[in-house]
Amino acid sequence: MTIGLSHYLTVAAILFTLGIFGIFLNRKNVIVILMSVELMLLAVNLNLAAFSAFHNDLVGQIFALIVLTVAAAETAIGLAIVVVYFRNRGTIDVAEIDLLKG
Amino acid sequence: MTLSALFFYLFAGMCVASAFMVIAVKNPVHAVLFLILAFFNAAGLFVLLGAEFLAMILIVVYVGAVLVLFLFVVMMLDVDFAVLRAGFLKYLPVGATIGILLLVELILILVAWATAPEIAAQAPTPPVSQMSNTVALGQILYTKYVYLFEGAGLILLVAMIGAIVLTLQHKRDVKRQSVARQVERTRERAVEVVEVETGRGLS
Repeated sequence: MTIGLSHYLTVAAILFTLGIFGIFLNRKNVIVILMSVELMLLAVNLNLAAFSAFHNDLVGQIFALIVLTVAAAETAIGLAIVVVYFRNRGTIDVAEIDLLKG
Repeated sequence: MTLSALFFYLFAGMCVASAFMVIAVKNPVHAVLFLILAFFNAAGLFVLLGAEFLAMILIVVYVGAVLVLFLFVVMMLDVDFAVLRAGFLKYLPVGATIGILLLVELILILVAWATAPEIAAQAPTPPVSQMSNTVALGQILYTKYVYLFEGAGLILLVAMIGAIVLTLQHKRDVKRQSVARQVERTRERAVEVVEVETGRGLS
């Protein structure tokens, strides 16, 4: 049995779906939502690396590196916002983050 | 060949299972630990794909920095996570419906998918016997894609400054150094020469 591109793409698709599922299930907890976004970005990176490997093209891996960078920046800023919000309001419940609603 | 297939199924199975545990466990600390496991297994998949540098970056940067940051924040915030889990079962049906729909769509795409034959590799991967993955990546990252690389650096800089500015707080009762005030201080304003008569003292 040989492992082809579609095997990797299926794994990535399942990971991405689990990420979306996690956002739906834990829609009150910002931290788990951020973790689900990490899962989705991991799935995207897996797709990029798989296409890169099976098409013999290194650019996919370069792009995966850039995606990793953006994901790290997003996590850092997201967690900073969560910490500041918790310091000010004492909760991280997404349903209560509605001060800007007007 | 069979061995690599075996390892693929091992890593993929562990990755998917731990990703499921991330969204299913009650304790967020456990969720972060399962996310670490998922990333380790994804790094194994990257190694199988021949993207060793990405795999190492995933472990060093992601597991070593980003997920530890997650762990810090989860432990630092004094949140009752049980309250946040209320409504977990309420959202289960709609979440499952949308998730399964999406998965079916993605797999349908995979079944019907084909590469355009005229597509040509932008940067063909050199054979492993000639050049390692890290060297090959570096040779195109620092030449052809140097602006992307600089842009990534800028993004990290902005994120770093943003995170520091957001979370920095000045306490009132802590004395701080003010460089501007130190520099503008002159001798005339700092020192006063007083003529003191003998036996009188200063009053």
